Amino acid sequence: MTAPLKDITPAERARSTSFYEASARTRLELLLDAGSFVEFIGPEQREVSPHLKIFDLPEQFDDGIVVGHGRLDGSPVFVAAQEGRFMGGAFGEVHGAKLTGLLRAARRISSIPVLILFDTGGVRLQEANAGELAIAEIMRAVMEARSAGAKVIGLIGGRSGCYGGGGLIAGCCSALIVSEPGRIAVSGPEVIETNRGIEEFDSRDRALVWRTMGGKHRRLLGAADVFADDNVQDFREAALELLGLLGPFGLDRLKAEQRRLADRLRSFGDCGDAVDIWTAEGIAHAEAVPELPADQFIALANRIGRTSRDAR
Amino acid sequence: MEDLNFQHQVRARAGGTRQSAIVGVVASGNLEVLVERSLPDAECAVDIKTAAVGFGAVWSAVIGDFVERYSPGGLKFSINDGGARPDTVSLRLAQAVRLIAEAGQ
Amino acid sequence: MTLDNILASLFPDGHEVRNDKGVILGSATLRSGGRMLVLGVADRTALGVDEAIRLSGHVLESIDRDSGPILVLVDSDSQRMSKRDEMLGLNEFLAHLAKVLIHADMNGRPTIGLLYGHSAAGALLATGLATRVLVGLPGADPAVMDLPSMAKVTKLSMEALQEKAKSTPVFAPGLSNLAQMGAVHMTWSNATSLADPLEALLAGLPAVQDRRDALGKERGGRLKATEIAERVHDLALQAR
Repeated sequence: MTAPLKDITPAERARSTSFYEASARTRLELLLDAGSFVEFIGPEQREVSPHLKIFDLPEQFDDGIVVGHGRLDGSPVFVAAQEGRFMGGAFGEVHGAKLTGLLRAARRISSIPVLILFDTGGVRLQEANAGELAIAEIMRAVMEARSAGAKVIGLIGGRSGCYGGGGLIAGCCSALIVSEPGRIAVSGPEVIETNRGIEEFDSRDRALVWRTMGGKHRRLLGAADVFADDNVQDFREAALELLGLLGPFGLDRLKAEQRRLADRLRSFGDCGDAVDIWTAEGIAHAEAVPELPADQFIALANRIGRTSRDAR
Repeated sequence: MEDLNFQHQVRARAGGTRQSAIVGVVASGNLEVLVERSLPDAECAVDIKTAAVGFGAVWSAVIGDFVERYSPGGLKFSINDGGARPDTVSLRLAQAVRLIAEAGQ
Repeated sequence: MTLDNILASLFPDGHEVRNDKGVILGSATLRSGGRMLVLGVADRTALGVDEAIRLSGHVLESIDRDSGPILVLVDSDSQRMSKRDEMLGLNEFLAHLAKVLIHADMNGRPTIGLLYGHSAAGALLATGLATRVLVGLPGADPAVMDLPSMAKVTKLSMEALQEKAKSTPVFAPGLSNLAQMGAVHMTWSNATSLADPLEALLAGLPAVQDRRDALGKERGGRLKATEIAERVHDLALQAR
């Protein structure tokens, strides 16, 4: 029954598994060295949200996030993976506290990097105050870990994207890996449309959503350092590559980020659409960027050469 | 939400050495099944928390069929259900038994 | 209280703080003689890319030049919800502002947030919630999520939500709920001079360590967060 599966290597399985479609647990299993993952406060401990019952909503035993320790090419890493299908991967009290605790440990053992597999709509409405505060604590903990020397890498390619406070946490990371379906933003399409009207943003225009918030645009802007094809092996290789490249955090990084973002506003602040930005970058037939296959897109992004390395 | 609980006497102990396993996620039309090797060999228990109220008879039939077919002795199943259809429930239960039957901790 | 009144009450020895289209920038003289950098958002202005870059720049310029604490005044809308802001990477601009504030706080420039009006969502994360001590003034009305929006998403009536809000501070808007969660450390009275509590706070600042989860537990608002974080932390240290 499982015999055919045994014949393929873990790398082949990771290569043929869509990051977007996989569950949080499958992503971790295939991202890390085979069999190396050890979970902290696993589902058998039943640390569920204490707040969902107020709303008569079902709980999940891991509260929608899997945190633990594993190995990447033999070296230890701390990992956290959000499950985007449970409550949209949103941050609640328990969910957020698991990530906070992991980052606080990384501050103590700064030689071990942290990989955060984002898949979130932001704050969980039913526990909005606890979720918002958890995000504030995580942002603080990311910066404390980075200041102590730890590398914190965000992996974004899940079905819920990386929205709301998740987008702010991603902005605090040392580097980001993003795939085409990995959207990064603060306000989601529906939120903008509800508050500002369909003239401002038509949330049902999927092409508009992808080119305004999607992985290709974020990579071209330099907001994400590496573009991955939508499979777990590509994310694994990108994480390994980045871990070898990232340097220590310091004030110079923040000054460089100030220049990087100010330059972006000066260069593109008057653009009305992402296609205008890509055209301004000198891309011929910019409107065809969304259709480019991954290898051609990566070559294009590398030629444009925008990166946030050393400037975030 | 509704809580349901089923207990069965079974013929044989479930295979494998793993102490626990989890499959599925809690979402609309989906469920998670946590299975733990924590009962005497001849017993099986299923605890369910479901968002779909009033389907006790359907659950009873699905669980009865599952126990008859897999003889999951010694296993305790804990389910969080977001309103899954019976075929999805059967699939997840079978996946859980298969996963805990693998070698490992 | 208006921004002018608040500034006059905080800094009786004078200040050079301006409100330019909702962006507060400047500095002030403390009664103890030192200087305090001042920045923030006024007039319930939405925090977008244009506002955030000015605020972060103000702090970064000061880091090399000055010393002393930093005050972040907050009466904002939510983050600016627009196609342009998201297209330009609003998440990076807001995170950058928070990072600059956190870095300053960790490196000898303690940060104090003063929430005197509204704030919400990403704007609150990038300002008040990125400071070491967040103070509320009476009348402040922060709302992570407003109840009408919640009613829409949860499909519950406003009445049902208001009823639930009586038994838990975990989701409903308001200063007292955020205080119970540990987000707002203290509330000052505006009946007297604000310079007194400001000087007292600066004289006895809490340690730089983030203790908001423990505070939330002491106040009964967040019973799980601190325990879960500590358990994961301890397990991670053992896993080496």
